[in-house]
Amino acid sequence: MAIDKFLVEASHIMMFARSVGDANPIYHDEEYAKKTHVGRIIAPPTFAQSSAQFDPNYFLRPKIGGEGWFGSGKEASGAKPSSGSGESGGGGAAMGLHAEQHFEYHLPVKAGDVLSATTKPGNTWEKESKRAGKLKFSESVTEYRNQDGELVITATGVGVQTERAVDS
Amino acid sequence: MLKESEIKIGDTHTATLVEDLKRTQIVQYAGASGDYNPLHTDEIFTTQVAGYPSVFAHGMLSMGLTGTMLTDYVGDGALTKYGVRFTNQVWPGDTLTSTATIIDIREQDGERVVDLQIETTNQNDVAVITGNATAKIES
Repeated sequence: MAIDKFLVEASHIMMFARSVGDANPIYHDEEYAKKTHVGRIIAPPTFAQSSAQFDPNYFLRPKIGGEGWFGSGKEASGAKPSSGSGESGGGGAAMGLHAEQHFEYHLPVKAGDVLSATTKPGNTWEKESKRAGKLKFSESVTEYRNQDGELVITATGVGVQTERAVDS
Repeated sequence: MLKESEIKIGDTHTATLVEDLKRTQIVQYAGASGDYNPLHTDEIFTTQVAGYPSVFAHGMLSMGLTGTMLTDYVGDGALTKYGVRFTNQVWPGDTLTSTATIIDIREQDGERVVDLQIETTNQNDVAVITGNATAKIES
């Protein structure tokens, strides 16, 4: 997975912050943000995950005029999930369930930044589980760089494929 | 930002992240994050095809909610590291509470930082997230 342009925009940050229950004005009020030590609207710590929006092939988004969608319509399931890159956002969602997520913050991400991202696979391993059968773990490491080529975030996601559904 | 003179190892900060999580908030997160996996938003697909009792929250929604507690505690732009394990699923109707505990205060790259242990639990006291974070502090 590679993302050429991840536009970090104030309105997107506002919507993302709302969805994680964060009312901090640093995420939506530019006048307030100017008076803080960071000086700009910044992105919340897990915002990099929304880089999936900027991956043209992200497989967990219905495509316009696309090959169908596996969610319910007239039937409980539509088409099979289409193939495509699924490692967006450094997450493991495309690899089954998301087991772990780690972020390292090198520089603040601010509204107006234009990031790019490259993902490479990390380690893989297996484990037996009473709840879900054989578990296959796989890691992906995504590096986000800003418009000046500086590394801003390193995101490591671990996905797990389970043998059967896990209902706690 | 936390001030070193005002904190010590063992200090905790606790916050309620969400009460009675609504499916609509999960939809809100799907829209903002771009992860439209029907397991999180499509009750019919999730129960009839995937075999789960209901839709459930994105792990990243739980991590995002927990992140709100974290940045409220350590301040804006202070985090240098934040990582979690998703230990149990989060379901509609769940109430989540999260605690950060100071486990170390130390030097990193010439700056003072605090290491935090994080745990987010549901209304049954079951951990849904365990993790760690590091944040810059004022010396």
